[in-house]
Amino acid sequence: MHTKTIAQLSAALRSGEVSSVELTSLFLDRIKQHNPALNCFISITEEQALAAAAAADRCLKAGDAAPLTGVPIAHKDIFCTQGVKTTCASKMLDNFIAPYESTCTARIAEAGAVMLGKTNMDEFAMGSSNETSYYGAVKNPWDQARVPGGSSGGSVSAVAARLAPAATGTDTGGSIRQPAALCGLTGLKPTYGRVSRFGMIAFASSLDQAGPITYSAEDAALLMNLMAGFDERDSTSVEREVPDYSAGLDNGIEGLKIGLPKEYFDEGLDDNVARVIDAAIKEYEALGAIIKEISLPNTGLAVPTYYVVAPAECSTNLSRFDGVRFGHRCEDPEDLFDLYTRSRGEGFGAEVKRRIMIGTYVLSAGYYDAYYLKAQKIRRLISDDFRAAFETVDVIMGPTTPTTAFKLGEKADDPVTMYLSDIYTIAVNMAGLPAASIPAGFVDGLPVGLQLIGNYFEESHLLNMAHKYQQVTDWHLQMPKEFQ
Amino acid sequence: MEWEIVIGLEIHTQLATKSKIFSGASTAYGAAPNTQACAVDLGLPGVLPVLNREAVRMAAKFGLAVGARVSPRSVFARKNYFYPDLPKGYQISQFELPVVEGGQLEIQVEGEAARVIGITRAHLEEDAGKSLHEDFHGSTGVDLNRAGTPLLEIVSEPDMRSAKEAVAYMKKIHSLVQYLEICDGNMQEGSFRCDANVSIRPKGQEALGTRSELKNLNSFRFVERAINFEVERQIDVIEGGGKVVQETRLYDSDKDETRSMRSKEEAFDYRYFPDPDLLPLELDEAYIEAVRKTLPELPDEKKARFISEFGLAEYEAGVLTASRELADYFEVAARIAGDDAKRTANWVMGDLLGALNKEGKEIGESPVSAELLGGMLQRINDNTISGKIAKQVFECMWNGEGDADTVIEQKGLKQVTDSGAIEKIIDEIIANNPQQLEQYRAGKDKLFGFFVGQVMKETEGKANPAQVNALLKQKLA
Repeated sequence: MHTKTIAQLSAALRSGEVSSVELTSLFLDRIKQHNPALNCFISITEEQALAAAAAADRCLKAGDAAPLTGVPIAHKDIFCTQGVKTTCASKMLDNFIAPYESTCTARIAEAGAVMLGKTNMDEFAMGSSNETSYYGAVKNPWDQARVPGGSSGGSVSAVAARLAPAATGTDTGGSIRQPAALCGLTGLKPTYGRVSRFGMIAFASSLDQAGPITYSAEDAALLMNLMAGFDERDSTSVEREVPDYSAGLDNGIEGLKIGLPKEYFDEGLDDNVARVIDAAIKEYEALGAIIKEISLPNTGLAVPTYYVVAPAECSTNLSRFDGVRFGHRCEDPEDLFDLYTRSRGEGFGAEVKRRIMIGTYVLSAGYYDAYYLKAQKIRRLISDDFRAAFETVDVIMGPTTPTTAFKLGEKADDPVTMYLSDIYTIAVNMAGLPAASIPAGFVDGLPVGLQLIGNYFEESHLLNMAHKYQQVTDWHLQMPKEFQ
Repeated sequence: MEWEIVIGLEIHTQLATKSKIFSGASTAYGAAPNTQACAVDLGLPGVLPVLNREAVRMAAKFGLAVGARVSPRSVFARKNYFYPDLPKGYQISQFELPVVEGGQLEIQVEGEAARVIGITRAHLEEDAGKSLHEDFHGSTGVDLNRAGTPLLEIVSEPDMRSAKEAVAYMKKIHSLVQYLEICDGNMQEGSFRCDANVSIRPKGQEALGTRSELKNLNSFRFVERAINFEVERQIDVIEGGGKVVQETRLYDSDKDETRSMRSKEEAFDYRYFPDPDLLPLELDEAYIEAVRKTLPELPDEKKARFISEFGLAEYEAGVLTASRELADYFEVAARIAGDDAKRTANWVMGDLLGALNKEGKEIGESPVSAELLGGMLQRINDNTISGKIAKQVFECMWNGEGDADTVIEQKGLKQVTDSGAIEKIIDEIIANNPQQLEQYRAGKDKLFGFFVGQVMKETEGKANPAQVNALLKQKLA
């Protein structure tokens, strides 16, 4: 039962083949068994989960179940969940019990899904390997000496190891797609504004977006049906009709134009990964799509620009963690300055501090124009590249990451190399576009992800493209042996 | 050397919205600490601001009232600094693109020509909470009820040339925001606060001198005193061979002095940048026109109308339109009184304001309502009572003894207009004062007043003065 997709679990629950309590207990047992090795959960909410499962079973019995009623799910510990510890994987919030619920998790709970726990992540979502967590690194179920990717590393590790059938993630520069790629899962970052950010602890407000992490595109569509939609509590969420993401999955893709940006296939890309991506593209050609080479000339500027914009925003987003009202407070502060410096000095980890310092610097008087303002201009250029590309193609494809999962500790001391592992994903956030990563094969037993980038609000189109591929391949159904 | 004073004001008006500028929490004043601060106001992780449309409407209203441009696109920015009563570690304000730009206001200092003061901009922002340093045994308490209260910061050009002009400008804005019903104007509760930028320069010099920013000017009196103190201080510094340094100075009303808070070098780098949680504020022409339609009659328009419609003098109209409440009071009383609006004006400005002043009451707290005063004035106009008797009636009404008619009835204050009766009294008085009569007839005109006084005494002031005058003239001739 633990290997089934959420679409299959939903059917099994409806048919009475299994109850939600049974299913929830099964996953809770698997978490207890494997979490000590993988470290993918920060909190396991067993009691609430079983109560929610019992309630779901009553709904199922009464026949008024929604599509995901009774289906277990794990949430990234970046979403505030009422009455449940919400840490963002930081010592700063180790004592923080959220007094309110995020819109995203509330919508999923209202649909009857059962929260199993809160997953590990890079501290405040700042990282690409899940090594910056206060709660320790997360292991990749495909090779426990390797990172699962980040920042949604706990979510992907949990789903890949079948400790949860699906999870939520958030993506600021690739934090859903990169780990999904490194763990062989389907991950979708929606268009900026498609999913409410209310209650999601902000890293970089103009880039952050929540999305699903699942086995299949079909499952991602089911979750998107719950997550997407306007929220009056988030001014940047878009008031726009939400399509039924499941409805168009089987549409034909003959004649659709796929653009391959030449900048995504140059020397930075590992040869073996390139071969897997080429094979996936061939599969699309066989499905009737037309392949076209395109250019996104400002691709090389995406990473440096991102490391101005994101730190700038995070440096002020994280100012609220000051030891005054909630979160970590140092022992016996001597005065206000001491309270601030020690609480923050003790509460934040090194990567978070690095980004706060970069962000403070680029916003400072005398540097603002040279860094922040210039970055905003380049951001516009990056968006324009995509705009121009979508005039000639329907979808853009390429590798999600330049390599497969790297070893724990391999890049931990070299931030710039680490930052470059998001080279293909970051530009999408800068432009606010939707993009998915789907499993496309393996190199030496490690998963490779294919990235699909769509035009604004064309998540349906991406899911349709992904689903058609998953109809003719089974990469997304592969499981790490230890966890079958 | 002769010095010219240059003053610009930054006025913070608390907008009279029911809820906060970025959250649904109440803005009511005086609640128990931290009972009106929701998750957004507390700056909890994950919360987001949502702009209060009512605050925007009020800002637009102000902009239109001072002839400014209401920007079709303005941007909210984060002003970053750490302080315990600033929950997010930044204040959401407007920086480069404010909602209101470029207005003006005419002010008048008594006895001087009217002057036009430029308004550079007005922008929307959130207020911070309050730090409470007493009662916490060496610690500081934080009350976040005020955090997130909407403010409109109105920034003037450095156009004022004296402390008196600064006060006149501040009073005019104070009156205007109440006319517009966008601020309750309560200075004690901090709904209307002011900072002043003050510098001096040799008369005739174009370039501005170095300014200091005076904080904590929370009454009209403090503004005047703080500026005067600061001007003297700057003159002393320069004439003593020193240089004024750019700094922020705090006004201490107990000692009546300003003292340095921080210099330019110590000034914060606020690291302003557009708040990514809020979209740019876009207001189209139709919206702005719809707001324009809601503008009430403004003080200057009202003043002009009072002059033309009621025949008031410029000065009277100015005093009566200084606040909307006073203007409304006058207008209601004048309409009930019927004839002679000037008499109404005199009563309102004289007896009424005098009595209110004496008891330290605001016009809204007057025991004599506009209706009551108007009713009394009507009785003067229809000769039921004289102006003199009216003073007595007014006092009774002030003490809550009912309306004018009741007082007149109960106290028997009705004016005697029966000329037969008055004549009879006059005859008696003339008969009883032969000496005075003789002197009067011999040319001592001043004695006319003596006879009037006698008649009034005899009638307990109730005789119609005009009638008394006419009849006396006849009889004494």
